[in-house]
Amino acid sequence: MSKIKAENVNVYYGSKQALFDVSIDIAEKEVTALIGPSGCGKSTFLRCLNRMNDVIEICRVEGSIKMDNLELNSRKLDVVRLRENVGMVFQKPNPFPKTIYENVAYGPTIHGIAQSKEEMDQIVETSLKKAALWNEVKDRLDEIGTGLSGGQQQRLCIARAISVSPEVILMDEPCSALDPIATAQIEELIDDLKKEVTIVIVTHSMSQAARVSQKTGFFHLGKLIEFGPTDKIFKNPDNQQTQDYITGRFG
Amino acid sequence: MLKNIGKNMNSFKKNLLKKRYNAERRFQWYGKIAIGLALSFLAVFMFQIFSKGYSAFQKTWIVTEVHYDKELLLIDAESPSKDDLENADYYDVAYKAMTSLDPGLPEEEDRQLIQMVSYKYETEVKDLLLKNPDFLGKIVPIKLTASDDVDQVHKGNYPRDIPEKNRRVNDYQLQIYDMLNERGDILSEFNISFFTSPDSREAELAGIASSFMGTVFSILVCLAFSFPVAVLAAIYLEEFAPKNKFTDFIEVNINNLAAVPSIVFGLLGLGVLLAVFNLPRSTPLVGGITLSLMTLPTIIIAARASLKAVPPSIREAALAMGASNMQTTMHHTVPLSMPGTLSGTIIGLAQALGETAPLILIGMVAFVNTIPGTPVDPAASLPVQIYIWSESAERGFVEKVSACIMVLLAFLILMNLAAQIVRHKFEKKWS
Repeated sequence: MSKIKAENVNVYYGSKQALFDVSIDIAEKEVTALIGPSGCGKSTFLRCLNRMNDVIEICRVEGSIKMDNLELNSRKLDVVRLRENVGMVFQKPNPFPKTIYENVAYGPTIHGIAQSKEEMDQIVETSLKKAALWNEVKDRLDEIGTGLSGGQQQRLCIARAISVSPEVILMDEPCSALDPIATAQIEELIDDLKKEVTIVIVTHSMSQAARVSQKTGFFHLGKLIEFGPTDKIFKNPDNQQTQDYITGRFG
Repeated sequence: MLKNIGKNMNSFKKNLLKKRYNAERRFQWYGKIAIGLALSFLAVFMFQIFSKGYSAFQKTWIVTEVHYDKELLLIDAESPSKDDLENADYYDVAYKAMTSLDPGLPEEEDRQLIQMVSYKYETEVKDLLLKNPDFLGKIVPIKLTASDDVDQVHKGNYPRDIPEKNRRVNDYQLQIYDMLNERGDILSEFNISFFTSPDSREAELAGIASSFMGTVFSILVCLAFSFPVAVLAAIYLEEFAPKNKFTDFIEVNINNLAAVPSIVFGLLGLGVLLAVFNLPRSTPLVGGITLSLMTLPTIIIAARASLKAVPPSIREAALAMGASNMQTTMHHTVPLSMPGTLSGTIIGLAQALGETAPLILIGMVAFVNTIPGTPVDPAASLPVQIYIWSESAERGFVEKVSACIMVLLAFLILMNLAAQIVRHKFEKKWS
């Protein structure tokens, strides 16, 4: 079933066009990987899905992006409600310089999800457990989140993202700053999470896309060159450019 | 390739290496000389102030005996009440206390003795009895504030070898002074009244209490006006305002405002606060508002810089969690920028602390011999006090000027220290 349906999305940074007529169907409770060389527009597209491009003043998005038949690219849409439902994990771990508990509790607090302290404790615990971080931090929830290791910080960010039970989680190269062990932990986590949420992940690592995703889209120079089941993209792509990129001939 | 190091170098390469080393050494020396020069200027400056000013922290007293004679005090009651003592006539008692130092002196010359103590000696005689009512009828020793001339002679600041007619202390007074000094009746003690007394025309009585309180009140008023306005302006400009020609124009003007000479703000205070709004003249309220115009751009610039220094990743994290712009700013960006903003504020206030010109223009240069209790009482301020005293002719004020500078510098150093501590202690580290 399709969760997000993008049609003819064009994005401009000032006069420079960054995305050209991107149309894509993102399936529910699956992992969709977006790959492609640097500057190809895959992160730009990802940021359209939770309207993070609003922050960039010169950025202009055209076209239609629908999530469960709700138009996302509309002035009337309340971005706060959207972002409550579409979480995001960034390339560089960016926990708040606050305690581990406060990091996870922030979303539920501002969205009024927990009614009581017990409920909040419960949300923090489940989120950290789902992010496979609970056992490592349960005795030091009041320590500063920025004091954790890189991999732990990124899992804390994932815990923070899932604390408000979003339907979609966007991941922008979540492992590029991590070592292989931490990367493996995050990938395992993604595998677990997809039972409940739809995940869109931008990655530079082809092997990661192959390992974690069910669908893969290949971007190049702002265009979506090919989109399909991951198996097919990696084993038998239709497009020559995709073939070249995957086999490492360019990019 | 490593074998080339040290070996196989031709003369050209060797020369090049030598030049490089020499250039580095020369550069280090330039730096050391520059720092040495700066430090020696500072040392000379400090030495000047301390060597001139330290003596102001000592006060000279003349010890004599006073006879609290009931008849001379015009007290009739057998056991006089507090009121009786309060209303008694101390003129004769005080007069006798001084003239008894030299009983042989003809009456028409007695002014010479009276001049050796401060004009408030009668009050001092009265205060001692009020404090110790059982001294009534007894002869007790008393400490009287020496006049500034005797004070300066005692501190060795006054040349004794110039001709008598050019001297404020005549030969007779010097003779009495020497006699008292030999007897150990000239005392030198820590000058508490320098800190507790308001300004006075007499150097021996003048203190910094009124100007110190004036400065404290001015700074508080300045903080109360400039901090909220500046921080709100900075937050709006940095986090909410669209980036366009108009906000660029505002930014340029804030930077220009920071460079406007302070006397211009003084004229503004005079023309607007006093003339239009009719606020009370010579008060820390007006002084503080005028100074806040000066500190405003400084704080705005510091606050904007520290808001800018908050990494965008924190903003993105909050926005992506569904925080509104306002929540992102208030929950994350502003708290993280506070250490920088606060230290900028303290530095801005420290600048305001040393300002003289705008305060002179709004009338805080007036002679104030009361200690202000509120920001709407007339007051001077420390830098203006320095200015007033440096204009005074009496030798006794020379050391007071330096002492006042020392107090002002101590105040400044404390504030800058506070800024450093705030910056280092509360600054959050992000990876």
